[in-house]
Amino acid sequence: MAETEKGEAKETEQRMVLKITDVDPRFKYEISKIPGAEKVMLCFQCGTCTADCPIARFSDFYRPRKLIRMTQLGLKDRLLSSDVIWLCSTCFTCIDHCPQDVGIADIIRALRNLSVRERDMPVVFKELASNILKTGYAYMIPELRLKKRAEEGLPLLPKANLENVAKLFDITGLSKILEKVGT
Amino acid sequence: MPELKYLLFMGCVIPYRISSYEISTRKVLDKLGVEVVEMPEFNCCGLPLDPVNHDMMLTLAARNLCLAEQQNLNIVALCNGCFGTLNHVNKELKEDRKLRERVNGYLKEIGMEFKGTITVKHLIYVLAKDVGFEKIKDNVQKPLTQLRVAQHTGCHVIRPGKVVGFDDPENPTALKTLIKVTGAKCLDYMDETECCGAPIIGVNAEIPLQLAREKLDHIRAVGAQAMITVCPFCHMMYDLNQSRIERTFNEKFRIPVLHYSQLLGLAMGMSPDELAFKDLRVDASELVSLL
Ligand code: SF4
Ligand code: SF4
Repeated sequence: MAETEKGEAKETEQRMVLKITDVDPRFKYEISKIPGAEKVMLCFQCGTCTADCPIARFSDFYRPRKLIRMTQLGLKDRLLSSDVIWLCSTCFTCIDHCPQDVGIADIIRALRNLSVRERDMPVVFKELASNILKTGYAYMIPELRLKKRAEEGLPLLPKANLENVAKLFDITGLSKILEKVGT
Repeated sequence: MPELKYLLFMGCVIPYRISSYEISTRKVLDKLGVEVVEMPEFNCCGLPLDPVNHDMMLTLAARNLCLAEQQNLNIVALCNGCFGTLNHVNKELKEDRKLRERVNGYLKEIGMEFKGTITVKHLIYVLAKDVGFEKIKDNVQKPLTQLRVAQHTGCHVIRPGKVVGFDDPENPTALKTLIKVTGAKCLDYMDETECCGAPIIGVNAEIPLQLAREKLDHIRAVGAQAMITVCPFCHMMYDLNQSRIERTFNEKFRIPVLHYSQLLGLAMGMSPDELAFKDLRVDASELVSLL
């Protein structure tokens, strides 16, 4: 299956010899300043997170332990350009099971945020962001659904304060990011 | 006895395509004497944007918390994702002064301030703790003793355990007890606490479908006649996507997936029609005929 082929390609890529120029020794400090990612250096590579990760069970290349090690080593470019960081389903099993209390899923979130800032994001997130900006809701709720609500005796859906939402997009810097990556 | 009145946080997915959850929940809560107040304004809880920009998630969540503070009401959320996000952000902002200052800096621009005066609960917390098993039992008019079902509690309603702290994340029992109170038998099965996979379906569909297939398989193996969920995302994975799973893996499951509110509603004497059973993708008429 496609997943396996892609997985093998990824494996080979990740097994490439590490060159000193691939490594950014400051990356671990950059990451550990981000809320939730402070404990990245406490990981002692026991592998519990990977063993208990539901995504890792069905993927040939998604390994949270490896993502944490790559972060410690400072393989910034490889991490931020990889599709792999987008596979965490945020089930938080790893957070509960890690003996070192490393916030694995939060570190992966930090990697995603950085990747968005420096590169791009999967298209689905562009859609979600654009829907929220336009309606306050993450999905475009069809007119028909709204009409049906009335028939079903459900109250009107609360409206969004779109002015406020747009302002928040601006001041958190999200508008700029979206402008840069294009929607 | 706490006052049973909450601000209802429906989220985006329920009005988008899972209104059976909303319809049945409103009916059941009403009959149990739980008052729900509509949000005066709404924006997404913020969860979908956490991968993109953490501050944006924090601020969207905080804005909803502020709206609840202005009404002086605790929030009841029906979606595991909304609950997990609003509850986590609420706790973090209450405990972490520096973070609160940062988020309040954003909120100031829209004339709001997080104060930390309310709490956030998931529907099953409200039912299990605030209403209480006893009172629910008193309202059961038609015990569902013919039914054998399996529950899927989902992730954000129990994990991270340290943040949620309501149920045992390794062996959650609240939903099981809520099911037993209806008279139905709740069956144990393998890997009960495993994720539905829904959060990544927009990036990679293959893995979530495999995960969901496995869960349906485990549930079928113990002979459950239905699966019970408490989150619109989980429900979508098993109900809406069940035929896709069957096609992808060339298998037949045909396991009806009910919202807990629908199961409870049946036990409280409501009809399948009232509880929007017709909106379920996997036909539940055989199940209903057992009653
Ligand atoms: S469980 Fe914790 S300590 Fe063990 S490899 Fe994963 S992050 Fe590192
Ligand atoms: S939170 Fe992400 S990395 Fe951790 S166990 Fe779940 S899917 Fe795996």
